[in-house]
Amino acid sequence: MKLVIAIIQPHKLEDVKKELYAAEVNLITVSEVLGHGQQKGVTEIYRGAKETGNLLRKVRLEIAVNESFVEPTIKAIIKGAKTGNVGDGKIFVLDLGRCVRIRTNEEGSLAIG
Amino acid sequence: MNTVNTGDTAWVLISAALVMLMTPGLAFFYGGMVRKKNILSILMQCFIVLCLLSIQWVVYGYSISFAPNDGFWGGFQWFCLNGVGVEPYPDYAATIPHQAFMIFQAMFAVITPALILGAFAERMKFSSFLIFILLWATFVYAPVCHWVWGTGGWLKKLGVLDFAGGIVVHITAGIAALATALVIGKRKNLEKNIPSPHNLPFVVLGTALLWFGWFGFNAGSALAANGIAVSAFVATNTAAAAGGLSWALMDLIRNGRTTMFGTASGAVAGLAAVTPGAGFISVVPAIAIGLVASLICFIAVSVIKPKLGYDDSLDAFGVHCISGTWGVLATGLFASKLVNPAGADGLFLGNPKQFLIQLIAVGVTLVYAFAVTMIIYKIVDLTIGVRVDEKEEAMGLDLTQHHERAYTVLE
Repeated sequence: MKLVIAIIQPHKLEDVKKELYAAEVNLITVSEVLGHGQQKGVTEIYRGAKETGNLLRKVRLEIAVNESFVEPTIKAIIKGAKTGNVGDGKIFVLDLGRCVRIRTNEEGSLAIG
Repeated sequence: MNTVNTGDTAWVLISAALVMLMTPGLAFFYGGMVRKKNILSILMQCFIVLCLLSIQWVVYGYSISFAPNDGFWGGFQWFCLNGVGVEPYPDYAATIPHQAFMIFQAMFAVITPALILGAFAERMKFSSFLIFILLWATFVYAPVCHWVWGTGGWLKKLGVLDFAGGIVVHITAGIAALATALVIGKRKNLEKNIPSPHNLPFVVLGTALLWFGWFGFNAGSALAANGIAVSAFVATNTAAAAGGLSWALMDLIRNGRTTMFGTASGAVAGLAAVTPGAGFISVVPAIAIGLVASLICFIAVSVIKPKLGYDDSLDAFGVHCISGTWGVLATGLFASKLVNPAGADGLFLGNPKQFLIQLIAVGVTLVYAFAVTMIIYKIVDLTIGVRVDEKEEAMGLDLTQHHERAYTVLE
């Protein structure tokens, strides 16, 4: 079992969701986050006071998958999120120790799907 | 020498203030509908129109709209309000200072161009917006305003009835919205994902401010605190209410639930539709005008627009042009000299000629405003470019055009 975490551009969320559904990955969690990578943030001005290097809005996806779905998930995220510019984001893949479905007490691979 | 009536003057000044509030009201009405990365751009566009056109109006806008002239627009003799003083100008209003009429009209000149921005929301460069609006106010609003309301205007001489701006405000802005939506093109990624309004409470707040301000818009257009002002006030409230109910009902029939967004849109449609007839009609026609306005706007935005495929983002055409056109024609049907002896009887009171006049005015205004809006757009597009680039559109206009954001994520 792996946990795939992806940080993407907010406006690419719909594209990524579409690609994930096409790859039959249907269970995702999405949250709004702020991030700062190579893109260096943006300048903001408030009543003349300039603030540089502010964090940019990003979207964070969390997807728990069985081994066989790891590659399709990564491919789908890249396909949906890539623009070729800095700021497209990153994908992290972590080992997942345990997974329990609250409704049924099912564990492991059964609970993930 | 005409004498100034204090009651009339007080009412017109209050009405001017009410209409001023409609522009920020419109900003929230529109601002709630866009994505949260673009709300400041909408608020800013509305607010800067208030600043920019207030100046334009006193410098030359009022003169080219209202100074007596038989030609294409008004004369330049009132440049910088030269000769526009505190004495009444009886051609327009015999019992209030001329400047009171001028500042009341200023608020109309401000909100009309602001209505258009719903069509190209979320994708126009701010610099281009400023130039577009200034040219539009000068070459579309001012001439049409002169034709309909100015001394020497040809539609006025023809006898067209437009009490508070169905032609001058809603048709000009509404058809300009269609023209700009067609040429600027759709927002990116629209096929995949139609964006939800980011803050519907703002839309409702905006609607409430518009409804409130509209009492100044319509009842103030009597230019006196008299019976016609009262009947326009009653007609305005009645049509707004009928419009809101009517849209809620259609939501219910078509989708099984009434919606807040729909009901608010219906009220605005009813308000726009009653504008040209407000001071010429009684209460039953006002109900009919509001009910029908919502019905046809509902069809325009939820059936026709998706079929034709243009992206009038916030339905400036679908609500204002459609209901404004309906209202102007309905005035030709329902107008009654019993309500306003200075008006005329409509078709239903045995005067088909009035309906014909209304029809001519609508046709000419639609063609003129559409064509000139296209020309202005093209000029701005060929010189400095109208649309933001794709990356800026993705990041949002708040950050890219103004270096601000409306909402923080943390704190």
